[in-house]
Amino acid sequence: MELAFVLEKFILITVIFLVSLGVAAYSTLAERKIAGYLQDRVGPNRAGPGGMFQPLADGLKMFMKEEIIPTDSNKFLFIAGPSLALLTACIGSAVIPWGPNIILGGKTIALQVADINVGVLYIFGVVSLGVYGLMIGGWASNNKFSLMGAVRAASQSISYEIPMGLSLIALLLVTNTLSLKEIVEQQHGGNWNIIYQPLGFIIFLVCSFAETNRTPFDLPECETELVGGYHTEYSGFKMGAFMFAEYLNMFVASAVMSTLYFGGYNYPGIDWVSNLVGPIIGPLIAMAVLFAKIFAFIFFFMWVRWTVPRFRYDQLMNLGWKVLIPLAIANIVISGIVITVYDKFF
Amino acid sequence: MDQKPMNFWERMYFPAIFQGMAITFKHMFKKKETIFYPEVEREFSENWRGLHSLKRDELGRERCTACGLCALSCPAEAITMIASERQKGEEHLYREEKYAAVYEINMLRCIFCGLCEEACPKEAIYLDGPIVPADYLRKDFIYGKDKLLEDPIASDLTLNI
Repeated sequence: MELAFVLEKFILITVIFLVSLGVAAYSTLAERKIAGYLQDRVGPNRAGPGGMFQPLADGLKMFMKEEIIPTDSNKFLFIAGPSLALLTACIGSAVIPWGPNIILGGKTIALQVADINVGVLYIFGVVSLGVYGLMIGGWASNNKFSLMGAVRAASQSISYEIPMGLSLIALLLVTNTLSLKEIVEQQHGGNWNIIYQPLGFIIFLVCSFAETNRTPFDLPECETELVGGYHTEYSGFKMGAFMFAEYLNMFVASAVMSTLYFGGYNYPGIDWVSNLVGPIIGPLIAMAVLFAKIFAFIFFFMWVRWTVPRFRYDQLMNLGWKVLIPLAIANIVISGIVITVYDKFF
Repeated sequence: MDQKPMNFWERMYFPAIFQGMAITFKHMFKKKETIFYPEVEREFSENWRGLHSLKRDELGRERCTACGLCALSCPAEAITMIASERQKGEEHLYREEKYAAVYEINMLRCIFCGLCEEACPKEAIYLDGPIVPADYLRKDFIYGKDKLLEDPIASDLTLNI
């Protein structure tokens, strides 16, 4: 029993790890394809049919490139930076429920690595750890531009974590639990949290753009001002690790948003479908629905990136502190009042 | 410079962002401008100047008489040639009594101005070819007669003397 449990979790972790790496790799291709289509081009199409093997070619290129470590850099931290970025990006997916339980031969298999009862806090903690990779990498490069990028990453992360946390508090008033599994179960069918927390979702969405350092909040690495920001001095696979971490973060952020606000693996008519196709295919369909939501969010991230220009730094700070935080607090107050009134009188 | 303060809607950013996103989304379904170059080539204009070709006359003989006017007119000094005298029995190969034994154009120097074709009194050189292809070594960009000379026309037309 113990061994079976360990084996089950090990397989689940391996699969999730590989899938998220695959999604991140193909996000790079998707990004370039979408960028192309939005700009009336076709994007990469030479490596394999429709450019299918472009991520492999890019990965090979990253491996083959010369790895330059600047002379005056702190070598240990220089290597630790991208490693940490990649690590924190990978562990975020541990608490996300990928699908309902599968019942296989009288045994229940949970499609979630760890159903910890503070799942939301765990996600939040991992997301805030993510910025350390960028900070350490930027500082260890011993380069003015890298340091500027690192400082921007840190201050941006701090500024946008506050409204993100506050928008989550309003969500928790609705759900009454921190466990992601329970939050998803509460949104059974079409009863998604977006209906109760539309403003909270918009705040969370804007903040997750900032937390993943995507345009319009990509100030830590803005090419026009800071060469490459925190990864100016990086080359070869370490550079690839930073890029990979960005796409992994995007995947995890999309999964979290789908889970918290868009019902996770729930879809209207889930009961009817799972009665129809049985206890094994049903959860797999639910999982496919979750992935469809995730891919829709990833597309949205890319769509925004190739539409909206980068904010100026003061605009970024104004938006964070003077708009999003008051909005998030107002959202908490309104949600609290509405919930109290509803509980008292209905 | 005076800047008009933003009104409430502009401060919200959202309306403008949605407008922009609608525009970019429309572009996803527009016809793509890409020309898939090696397989498909853009149509050239009539006065396009591409790779040079050394012409033959209607009997398949090289028109060039190695007078050197093209090399003289070339502002980039890309053309070199070595002249040679036509021997007996070579009348079906060369139209004039003198011909270019070696005729080389350095494609890295050439600026495709077309002065050589204007200078040529024998109508022997025209810039009517395709784009000069890329290559790896500088020496491969020096095109000799093997690459420049027009293909001989069908053998039954050649003059038998």
